[in-house]
Amino acid sequence: MEKQFIETDDVVIRFSGDSGDGMQLTGTLFADTAAVLGNGVSTFPDFPAEIRAPQGSLAGVSGFQVHVGSGEVRTPGDCCDVLVAMNPAALKSNAHWTKPTSSIIVDSDLFTEKNIEKAGIKGADIFESLKLTDRHTIYAPITTLTKECLAGSGLDNKSVLRSRNMFALGICFYMFNQPLTCAEKYFETRFRKKPQFIEPNKLVLRGGYNYAASVQAIPNTYRISVSNPRKGVYRNIHGNQATAWGLIAASEKSGLPLFCGSYPITPATGILEELAIRKDLGVKTLQVEDEIAGICTAIGAAFAGNLAVTTTSGPGLSLKSEALGLAVMAELPVVIVDVQRGGPSTGMPTKAEQSDLSQALWGRNGECPLIVMSAQSPADCFAKAFLAAKLALEHMTPVILLSDGFIANGSEPWRIPSVADFPGIKPPTVPEGTAGYMPYARDAERLARFWAIPGTPGLEHRIGGLEKDFLRGSPSTDPLNHQLMVDTRAAKVDRVADFIPEQEIIGDSGGGDLLAVGWGGTFGHLYTAVSQMRAEGGNVSLAHFNHISPLPKNTESIFGKFRNIVVCELNSGQFANYLRMKYPRMVFNQYNKVQGLPFTVSELVEKFNSLLSK
Amino acid sequence: MTTKYASQDFKSDQEVKWCPGCGDHAILAAVQKALPEVAEILGYGKERFTFVSGIGCSSRFPYYVNTYGFHGIHGRAAAIATGIKVANPALSVWQITGDGDALAIGGNHFIHAVRRNIDLNIILFDNQIYGLTKGQYSPTSRLGTVTKTSPFGTVEHPFVPGEIVLGARGTFFARTLDSDVRLTAECLVASARHDGTSVTTVLQNCVIFNDGIHREYADRNVRDERTIVLRHGEPMIYGKNRDRGLMIDHENLRLKSVKIGENGITEKDILVHNMENPNPGIHMMLVNMKFPDFPVALGVIRAVKDSTYDDNVREQIERSRQHPVCSCVDDLLRSGSTWTVE
Repeated sequence: MEKQFIETDDVVIRFSGDSGDGMQLTGTLFADTAAVLGNGVSTFPDFPAEIRAPQGSLAGVSGFQVHVGSGEVRTPGDCCDVLVAMNPAALKSNAHWTKPTSSIIVDSDLFTEKNIEKAGIKGADIFESLKLTDRHTIYAPITTLTKECLAGSGLDNKSVLRSRNMFALGICFYMFNQPLTCAEKYFETRFRKKPQFIEPNKLVLRGGYNYAASVQAIPNTYRISVSNPRKGVYRNIHGNQATAWGLIAASEKSGLPLFCGSYPITPATGILEELAIRKDLGVKTLQVEDEIAGICTAIGAAFAGNLAVTTTSGPGLSLKSEALGLAVMAELPVVIVDVQRGGPSTGMPTKAEQSDLSQALWGRNGECPLIVMSAQSPADCFAKAFLAAKLALEHMTPVILLSDGFIANGSEPWRIPSVADFPGIKPPTVPEGTAGYMPYARDAERLARFWAIPGTPGLEHRIGGLEKDFLRGSPSTDPLNHQLMVDTRAAKVDRVADFIPEQEIIGDSGGGDLLAVGWGGTFGHLYTAVSQMRAEGGNVSLAHFNHISPLPKNTESIFGKFRNIVVCELNSGQFANYLRMKYPRMVFNQYNKVQGLPFTVSELVEKFNSLLSK
Repeated sequence: MTTKYASQDFKSDQEVKWCPGCGDHAILAAVQKALPEVAEILGYGKERFTFVSGIGCSSRFPYYVNTYGFHGIHGRAAAIATGIKVANPALSVWQITGDGDALAIGGNHFIHAVRRNIDLNIILFDNQIYGLTKGQYSPTSRLGTVTKTSPFGTVEHPFVPGEIVLGARGTFFARTLDSDVRLTAECLVASARHDGTSVTTVLQNCVIFNDGIHREYADRNVRDERTIVLRHGEPMIYGKNRDRGLMIDHENLRLKSVKIGENGITEKDILVHNMENPNPGIHMMLVNMKFPDFPVALGVIRAVKDSTYDDNVREQIERSRQHPVCSCVDDLLRSGSTWTVE
């Protein structure tokens, strides 16, 4: 008998369980399977800072949300259609993320009195206590059935229990009519060196699939339709991976070795890890003693002629402040990637926020301008990291690239570009034999100083953090020279505006009622909200910025075309205040959220509608 | 093809702005005396020398040497120098630092540079005082030192730089006096020959804020009696008449200073200096010898062969490049799981 299914073009699944339950992997495999079939996919890992909090506790709940759509998908979705909750704590933590129409799959074996108590749920019926009685709940004895699948497999109890997540995945694959092949291929690669785990994982996955097919618990199965994606070779990519690869691409394009000095910090560490395995491409990574050494080794490497990078998150950027000033003074190309997280102080390391913008713009002593830019999605990190390196090298200045925990850990399918399609990178290096080299002489167009690399005969020179003579670069305290240098450093950064694209408007380029303004990692949510409203005739457009210092040249004229502007950001209004400083006569509404969570599309739509109805 | 250099070739056009009588002048002279020899030994043109510093009086040094130079920020020279050396291992990298720069604000970078054994030549000017900020105590100031910020005397115990270097598993440590230009130059040449982090401490006099701090053993009239210049393979003998030496006090497991000819002690009983001994025990005792109980140890105290960080980085890369998983970025982007939409 042919299987019956309902066509759908959009579904959100949230996998949740203990930190050790493997929810991140389960979600990733579901996402990869959908992506390979040609669906649009966006993912959002939501995990605690604790590596293994006490089992069954609320603190230990780890989640992974996957949004699969027939066409392009820009966000991981607000609320889910299916919640997999491996234990009561996971159910409680994620209850408020379920749609009223959603299905909930639980491991009924783990809904014991003890676990319910651990999760702090009161009342006899936990679904009633959590106001979930109207959800369709599938009570699957996942633990018991996993054990049955693996009876006689020879695996120890711990390994058996560890594969429960694959049973849950099997159920989901059945519900959404997805093939098992992608996951099976993964087991074969992942356990190449421990082949005893390949068959058991396949068995459990299929066990879950067959269980779902045979019980009456699942009323409907779905098929996510696929619209025609653009031709090409695709892959899934995470933001941190894309950042690392963009930097490596810039190294290849510029012909300069890539050097990264960094200190591990959540959620930026993935970039350092991704770079560290690329010794075959000549990448040098130093895991140094602290954040300060991270940027100082990078400054040294820049002086010595490498493409120099350091990666960090908010608290680390604070520690790098003084050295950033040195890079500005020495006018050396350094890329500083700040993967923002919840602050201040240690804050919320695994949660995303956009609250480092002011720090990036101004967090240094003295008049200390540099380039500040951002990336807007996991895959966009590649292009922006490449561009950050290009601008740093060609304009001889540090560049801060702002990513955030949401796009760094999130992933999306990416149509793989060819490196040949990216522009060349031509730093102003000084060839051997150049007579009369002056370390602070500049090219007239960019005002970038010329870069003489140690080891080149005849170009010996000394630079550093003391104010420089305008040409010779030797220390100078001359008042007028200082004024000139302060002005020149600012003008150098301002002139970058001549080399970056103009700001685009998504929507009505001629202007309209409402312009939503955003920057960085909120793009997906803003874009989705604006597109949804426009599809229903809403007069709203989007200007999503990734060049912040300097701003694109047409920024003011864009703003002038709209009756109302709302600046949306995951902080208390840092970009809005920056825009007010730049354009004091304009009025900027704000929409802010500082909860360590991304926007939801629905709350944005609600805000925009309320502004439009005013 | 190596150019033959003279000291003059390493002088920059900048006016030297240290106080008259400052020990730094002599150290600059020693460096400019050593560099032509170092260039010849290494076969390097002067474009391959880079001087890096932090902040402090000593850190002005790079401006006065006509090579590549980088004047960094307080305490961070070791990190900057590390970046330079790893980015371009073909350079001979020299770090100029002081007791405050290296051991207070820069302590962390200092110990980690030493631990990694990256091929840097660190010259640590130790005058036991903050000079540039006009006379506050430093991490090497002796207990009780009266300064502007310790008007009743310091209440903290000082570091012994050599002890830190050995504690951080350093492979090279030398100590010299600012006024002994020849010994300083000798130590610096040895430092340049050494693969790995080499630390040369120069006992330096701040004529303004801590004048005479090393005088009781560094003064020319008493130096022979109160210091010992160690040379590899030679017995540890000192004194104007070369009649004093160092022995192990076996009962207490420490060094003792003895007079040769007294109590039946002959030259044969005197310890022979082995700077290449991987066991740092004797080296630790030597760096900790303090006047008046002992002569102050000078010269190259430790020089042990070990693999260097910069070589290890380079070797890993070379090995990976012989069997690359990806040989270009296009390979990288297509590595792992991909799918094609027709």
